[in-house]
Amino acid sequence: MRNNSRLMRRVGAVVGGLSLVLSVAACGGGASGAADTQASGNLNYWTQQDPTDPVLQGAVDSFNETSDAKVTLQAFASNGYKDKVRAAMSSSDMPGMFFNWGGGSLNDYVEAGKLVDLGEAVQSNPELESSFLPSVLDIGKVDGKLVGIPMRGTQPVFIFYNKKVMADAGVEPPTTYAELEASVKTLSDQGITPFAVAGNADSGWTELMWVSYLVDRIGGPEVFNKIASGDASGWQDPAVLQAAQDIKELVDAGAFGTNFQSVSYGSGGTSTLLSSGKAAMQLMGSWEYGTQVADSPDFAANDLGWVPFPAYEGGKGDPANVVGNPSNFVSVTTSADKAAAFEFLETTYSDSYVQGLVDAGEVPVTTNAEAALASAPNPDYAQFQYDLVANAPSFTQSWDQALGLDIGTPMITEIQKLFNGQSTPEQFVSAVSALP
Amino acid sequence: MVSLTATRRVTRQPEARRVAPSVGRPGVVWALPGLIFFAVFAVLPMAGVAYLSLTDWNGLSSPQFVGLENWARFTTDPQILQSIWLTAVLLVGNVAVQMPISILLGVWAAGHQRNRAVLSAIFFLPLLLSTAATAIMWRQLLDPNFGVPAQLAAVFGGDGNFVGTPRGAMIALVIVTSWQFVPFHSLLFQGAARAIPHTLYQAAMIDGAGRVRQFFSITLPQLRNTIVTSGTFMVVGGLTAFDVVLVLTNGGPGTDTTILPFRMYREAFQTYNYGYGSAIALLLLIVATAVSLLLVRLSGYDKMQSTQEGV
Repeated sequence: MRNNSRLMRRVGAVVGGLSLVLSVAACGGGASGAADTQASGNLNYWTQQDPTDPVLQGAVDSFNETSDAKVTLQAFASNGYKDKVRAAMSSSDMPGMFFNWGGGSLNDYVEAGKLVDLGEAVQSNPELESSFLPSVLDIGKVDGKLVGIPMRGTQPVFIFYNKKVMADAGVEPPTTYAELEASVKTLSDQGITPFAVAGNADSGWTELMWVSYLVDRIGGPEVFNKIASGDASGWQDPAVLQAAQDIKELVDAGAFGTNFQSVSYGSGGTSTLLSSGKAAMQLMGSWEYGTQVADSPDFAANDLGWVPFPAYEGGKGDPANVVGNPSNFVSVTTSADKAAAFEFLETTYSDSYVQGLVDAGEVPVTTNAEAALASAPNPDYAQFQYDLVANAPSFTQSWDQALGLDIGTPMITEIQKLFNGQSTPEQFVSAVSALP
Repeated sequence: MVSLTATRRVTRQPEARRVAPSVGRPGVVWALPGLIFFAVFAVLPMAGVAYLSLTDWNGLSSPQFVGLENWARFTTDPQILQSIWLTAVLLVGNVAVQMPISILLGVWAAGHQRNRAVLSAIFFLPLLLSTAATAIMWRQLLDPNFGVPAQLAAVFGGDGNFVGTPRGAMIALVIVTSWQFVPFHSLLFQGAARAIPHTLYQAAMIDGAGRVRQFFSITLPQLRNTIVTSGTFMVVGGLTAFDVVLVLTNGGPGTDTTILPFRMYREAFQTYNYGYGSAIALLLLIVATAVSLLLVRLSGYDKMQSTQEGV
């Protein structure tokens, strides 16, 4: 939970400059629809404060101009946003539509019958389904029911590297796991930390990325899908144990350095390790680019490289599979004016909204996004992400998000113990299997 | 005339003293505002928590009554024992570090040395900062690659991995908490030390007692009441320490600084498991009550007498 709002803020910091320009154009409308929250349901749209809000506000304004129903956009500080939604959903004060993280973060709401099944909207308007990349739209489904529509850019996880350090050390970015292991040896022999990883207890989600990718590459996305479906026996899959053993080997081989348990993510932490050349690579979400642009612009412009997570020899998972945050989603609650809300959802794939997101530095997950990417702040980087996601047979959502917090939080603690050497791979497997 | 009024004033004083009791000792009604406040903001929520500890509630649907299920979980949750142990370690660590430093600092600050005022002002500075701010600052300072451990590798050991190890994280918590709260306790001891009558020291000097002997035979015994007060503050503060853990270690590495209050926060507000979170809160309440009862008993606070009898 914490990490995701942090990610969003991180993304926010990055694209701020560009969206300022937009906000001048878009911020006129304001709360014009407040009076229209009539008996038939409300159209209050709750979102988190970040630099793409002006884009959304623009979409709301143009919708309100042409429609009888009026949508009201309310943006809340990202710290505490989830708690606010949570508290409101159990009261009569719930929003009509709200920004969320999809997947397991919606489990409780679906169970409590708070969300509208959007399959109904798709029936009358198939475009609502066909306009999005399927691997991402899947994350908007809970128990097979579509309850969230992607409304933001995608944030896949891949490897960032310091071109200069790698070149000096004579190491190519790894394309296979064997190459990755070889590069760990070469780099650590030269006194360079091969991979920066943030092992402080507040940054355990960076270690989760390693586990997620290794399990996916070794056993395929089915392994985690089984776990995410609520079947705890999924943890007993040999791929999980294999991944845990690989992690232990990487740690023992010094792949993450010796003091990663004290390191946090971000500037002053792993990002600075990468830009300062103390570390050669970092497995991180796409927002890392923005962090580097903000903190070390020279490094970002000249020496920052990126490659997908390598293939795993003999693994069942397709090397094109991706792990990360597929997108953010908008869900409609039972208190909403359904017809008007469905109509509003069409803006999420409109050309102007998609273009607005791209200009703000996001990589939208709509089928029409590719054409807009040329105007992105860094078109190469945007295209790389788009291709990565569009060509991915499967996009696994960050495990902590997909599982929901009651399992996700203790799971990350167990992953930390594995990295810290406080539990063995076998102990790790039995500990996560025992999670409620 | 002048002498007349003077004597009148003198004679009036005993009368005034005699009048006071007839106004009446404060009755129960006087305590009413305080009692109401306490009932509404302390007893009522506590009763609510007691009820919630018997339910399964995720904050969305209505609470399901599950009886003692949450309490039974204590017996199967190995982390609870660990949390209690860690809470105790942090508590003892805090008292053991803060108490001697604050007594020495407070007694020193009570003197009349040169530069004392300036130095005291500097020592008391941390007291003005919020815990969150100090914790964030210390985290930057303790960063293994870009902070102090990297610069002073000789002191901190090879790679500066300080807050990332179980022992280091606990030490860091004690250091940061002490750094922040020693000034407060010093202030208490400064006031108490100033109140010690000079005649005691003068008599001791005549008897040939040196400074060390004076400190142990006069200052320390005279500070007994303040030591108990200050100790109670430290114990209460130690049992409810939370913000510094959240910012500095987030309960890690692994679960090695997950003290009870932090575990409660994690259960209730991070995983929305309000039932179990409430049970932990009550457990904390029971532990805290037991500890303070013990403290009162051991220190004789309940039958405490003045330290200045006969002076």
